[in-house]
Amino acid sequence: MLKAVNISKKFGGNIVLENFSRDFPDGKTAVILGRSGCGKTTLLNILMGLLPPDGGEVLRDGQISAVFQENRLCENLSAGANIRLVTGGAIADEQIARELSAVGLSDCMKKPVRELSGGMKRRVALLRALLSKYDILFADEPFKGLDLDTKQSVLQYFREKTLGKTVVLVTHDSAECELLADEVIRL
Amino acid sequence: MSRLKKFAVTVGAVVFWLVVWEIIALKIDSDIILVTPIEAARRLAELLTVGEFWGSVLFSSVRVLSGFALGLAVGTALALVCYKVKFVKMLFAPLISAMKSIPVASFTILALIWIGSKNLSVLVSFLICVPIVCANMTEGMEQLDPKLSEMAKIFRIPPLRRFVGVYLSQLLPYFRAASRLAIGLCWKSGVAAEVIGIPNGSVGEKLYQSKVYLETADLFAWTAAVIILSFLCEKLFMLLIDLLYKRVEQL
Repeated sequence: MLKAVNISKKFGGNIVLENFSRDFPDGKTAVILGRSGCGKTTLLNILMGLLPPDGGEVLRDGQISAVFQENRLCENLSAGANIRLVTGGAIADEQIARELSAVGLSDCMKKPVRELSGGMKRRVALLRALLSKYDILFADEPFKGLDLDTKQSVLQYFREKTLGKTVVLVTHDSAECELLADEVIRL
Repeated sequence: MSRLKKFAVTVGAVVFWLVVWEIIALKIDSDIILVTPIEAARRLAELLTVGEFWGSVLFSSVRVLSGFALGLAVGTALALVCYKVKFVKMLFAPLISAMKSIPVASFTILALIWIGSKNLSVLVSFLICVPIVCANMTEGMEQLDPKLSEMAKIFRIPPLRRFVGVYLSQLLPYFRAASRLAIGLCWKSGVAAEVIGIPNGSVGEKLYQSKVYLETADLFAWTAAVIILSFLCEKLFMLLIDLLYKRVEQL
């Protein structure tokens, strides 16, 4: 269950969100769409509990997972270890390696993240979120920095993995929105 | 540059300076002022066959490395307290600065008065190690990425896994740099302290005796022994840290 009730937030004199209310339906993907700087990430951070709202409240139940705006990976750990960090022993190494291959990172299981490119890091961050145990997934521009071909296959992978799950996704790309959204929230 | 090429360049540089040393020693032609590298190596080879040499090496190694190990532990613990409590950091800042700049000779004379000569190198190595480790580790802790802590909170990563994966993985490079710098300085200052305090059976005592009896070959042989010991200790400790690093890297 995820519900935003009269959320307000301002930075200095700049009002970013004002009395935002929404019921996010279980098992559906809600896409928050809007131009840069309109408060999408702020809303997502408030929903995740990373940022306190100035007014209103968030009602949330269950374990959450996230693809953050920045990758937030441990640079000195391997790609596999970054995923293992959140999955613990719940997923076998062989499966993690298979999932890495599925997003085009076949040789990255034991490679330190600091040696990966920006697009590769993004996919590790995405995979970490998808493989962790969660009830609600928050994703802030999860396909940022991916080239067109990779993006197509990763989008497909993301869609399959999140089918029937509660997802709140932020993007400014209407094509991503069209492919993934069960519900669109325009800011 | 490839590893082999790098190694060849290093060996070449060492050989170049040995040749320069040999030429200067032959020109001076006085065993008291400067022995040749061959003579120093011959004397070192002789010493290696004597039991007393190994006794002195063991005596000094145990003490210098004990001081180093204690310094690592106390320096890290102190860094943690300084990181957590800003008042403690401010309180210790002048002390740490003073410890960094006080000459080894002053430490040594003070330590001689406090604890005598036998364990002098333990205390001096410890006092050299603490500020280096404390300063580096405090900086490392201050550079910890708070966004990774948020990430760990969101994913509900258990405490032990969080400590190793999130914090230790960020701190190890600082620990490595600090210990690498400290171990060499501990040897240098530990032996220097022994030369001043002259504890029985130490490497420092042997260096002191070579000065008293004008045994320049002995002086060079013992110096070479200290360099080799310091080099081996550093390499071995770095190897241990790298093994730990690899373990952490793969979690």
